[in-house]
Amino acid sequence: MASKPVIGYAQVAKNFGSVVAVNGVSLDVAEGEFLAIVGGSGSGKTTLLRLTNRLIEADRGTITVEGEDISHVDPVALRRRIGYVFQSGGLFPHLSVTDNIGITPKLLGIPEKEIAARVDELLDLVRLDRTQHRDRLPQDLSGGQRQRVGVARALAARPRIVLMDEPFGALDPLTRDALGEDYRALHHKLRLTTVMITHDMTEAILLADRIAVMRAGKLLAQGTPAELGRSDDAYVLELLRTPRRQVARLNERLPQGGAA
Amino acid sequence: MSLISDPRWGEALSHLPDYLGNHVRVSLAALALGLIVSLPLAILCRNRPVARNILLALASIVQTVPGLALLALFYPLLLLAASVTLAWFGVAFSAFGFLPAMLALALYSMLPVLRNGITGLNGIDPALLEAAQGVGMTPRQSLVMVELPLALPVMMAGIRTAAVWVIGTATLSTPIGQTSLGNYIFAGLQTQNWVFVLFGCFASAVLALAVDQLLGLIETGLRNRNRLRTTLGGVGIAALVAATLVPSLGRSSPAYVVGAKTFAEQYVLSALIRDRLAAAGLPATTRSGLGSNVAFEALKAGDIDLYVDYSGTLWANQLHRTDIKPRKELIDELKTALAKQNITLLGELGFENAYALVMPRKRAEALGIHSVADLAAHTAGLSIAADYEFFSRPEWAALRDAYGLAFRAQRQMQPDFMYAAVASGEVDVIAGYTSDGLIAKYDLVTLDDPKNAIPPYDAILLLAPKRAGDDRLKAALKPLLERIDIADMREANLRASGNDANSSPDVVAKWLWEKVGKR
Repeated sequence: MASKPVIGYAQVAKNFGSVVAVNGVSLDVAEGEFLAIVGGSGSGKTTLLRLTNRLIEADRGTITVEGEDISHVDPVALRRRIGYVFQSGGLFPHLSVTDNIGITPKLLGIPEKEIAARVDELLDLVRLDRTQHRDRLPQDLSGGQRQRVGVARALAARPRIVLMDEPFGALDPLTRDALGEDYRALHHKLRLTTVMITHDMTEAILLADRIAVMRAGKLLAQGTPAELGRSDDAYVLELLRTPRRQVARLNERLPQGGAA
Repeated sequence: MSLISDPRWGEALSHLPDYLGNHVRVSLAALALGLIVSLPLAILCRNRPVARNILLALASIVQTVPGLALLALFYPLLLLAASVTLAWFGVAFSAFGFLPAMLALALYSMLPVLRNGITGLNGIDPALLEAAQGVGMTPRQSLVMVELPLALPVMMAGIRTAAVWVIGTATLSTPIGQTSLGNYIFAGLQTQNWVFVLFGCFASAVLALAVDQLLGLIETGLRNRNRLRTTLGGVGIAALVAATLVPSLGRSSPAYVVGAKTFAEQYVLSALIRDRLAAAGLPATTRSGLGSNVAFEALKAGDIDLYVDYSGTLWANQLHRTDIKPRKELIDELKTALAKQNITLLGELGFENAYALVMPRKRAEALGIHSVADLAAHTAGLSIAADYEFFSRPEWAALRDAYGLAFRAQRQMQPDFMYAAVASGEVDVIAGYTSDGLIAKYDLVTLDDPKNAIPPYDAILLLAPKRAGDDRLKAALKPLLERIDIADMREANLRASGNDANSSPDVVAKWLWEKVGKR
């Protein structure tokens, strides 16, 4: 990779007791890149993501963010400059949509007025109606709306990096597709660097520039979908076969739809 | 007279601003203190299982101590603490009334607050804690902005339980000198004034229910994020507190406080003294229902200004004497000893309220018993009942040893009930009081004490150290000294033990003054 990576993992390892969660992973994420980390449950993909903003601490190895070794960076400050989208939203149930979205700017001490303007801007960005949603509580939103608010909250403090933990997993297929597309557009528009965790290879292929495959704590392969296709790892090939099979079957069953 | 038109309702109502105001004041202070201590503890030990379990176990142990005992315990504890601060720092504080009541009730309120606080904080979805961390909150910000608000409904439920407990238990703070709605209940029980008992129970139940409902409104408001409910509940609580506290705040406290122990004679005498002081232009109030030792200590500390005690009681309990002297000698010696503590023994009222063994006249005659010495031969087949303290008092030991008494069984009873118990044959002998009107009413007889094993119990007026030089007070009390004879006092006590409109201590005190004042 020519330019300096925005996120760099070097020989990173993390154990939980006797369980090896991440085992010697080295991986670089370039500026402006959309990387998907794909793996089953227990593959260590979520642990790797949490290590990135020090929600948990690595046992061994080095992680750099924008060139700095994060073990020397104040974890609270680090988290405030990295957007994080939680599985199923992670919205605070006692706070309104506005207060949820504005939380990180508020922690950073940005004036109320500026935050209000920023919240409106973000509601537009994630395509939620301002007047209709601003004062609602999370319990009054649909799953898709909640996740849009989750994305808006992650972007509120204008981070250059966004981490996403299976953000669209719990949504119905239509919402999931729309939200995925919308986020990808945002990623380009705001020139973000995004790392997304998913167990769904189809989603990874559709959204990401590059894909990293993890299994049992190890990084099996990484590259563009085309590069992955040339892998000699049986598990990686198996993961890639599934979307292909689905496409073939879809084409067969939906002839009028044509090739995707 | 019907229960509804009974004038004692009016009398009860006239005490309400004072009793209710004090009740709310001590409950509120106790709850506030309980919260100030418990909530930080709950927060501190939420992630420390060992500390958490120890704390909850301690709070549970406190909870198993009966409310009355816990309150009673704080009085000597604070007396000790006060003597320590006096010795070390030269300042003492009052161990009487508000302070011990508040501390005991605060301790009592801790368990539900702690338990719900910890449960509320530990019950928060871990995903939300991670989200709080993930958006860049420090641990403190996470606590204040996320954990506490989310735990609030559960915490509020604990506060609600604590409030109801404290309001209920506060009625038991009367014997340690804190005025409360319990004053109705204690006074009513002692003088068989069931109107007062009913009124006191009803008032404290209504107060507890109102607070419970209003706090419940806040709780469901918080739970459902319904601001209207929360606000309504908050405004309701504030209004309730204001309405109960303001009338009692407006009153200037009277200059003189007349103490009274927990039986009818004391209620009557304190009312009589209060009326005499008022007639002499000295505003006074009564503080009744005090435990025997509490009354003396309260006088010594100046928390009450005067009260009536009995020579034999002080002889045994304060001077720790077991020998017995003739009446006059005993009083003179007592006077000198009390003067060393700056307490003035102003004089005798004129009657004696001694312990005496009492049994039905017919039974005594049938058995040929006239004195305790006669009784001794029969005790193996007889049972005896007495009030809660008699069997642990030195007089009992003296009496028992002097005559070789060995009863088949001994029981403790509420003093009001034991006369009826001996009259009905439920027990054979009781340790009664010589001035009690029920002795005549039930046709009972007091047995002679030929060996003078029981010391004399002259009713005497005691003045607090700060009133030692108060000549106006002494002059106002003068008409009472040596004026009340045993017949009058028995009659007054009998009237006070009745259950009608004329049996309230205030009315009986006026009757007694009419008899005594003419002398």
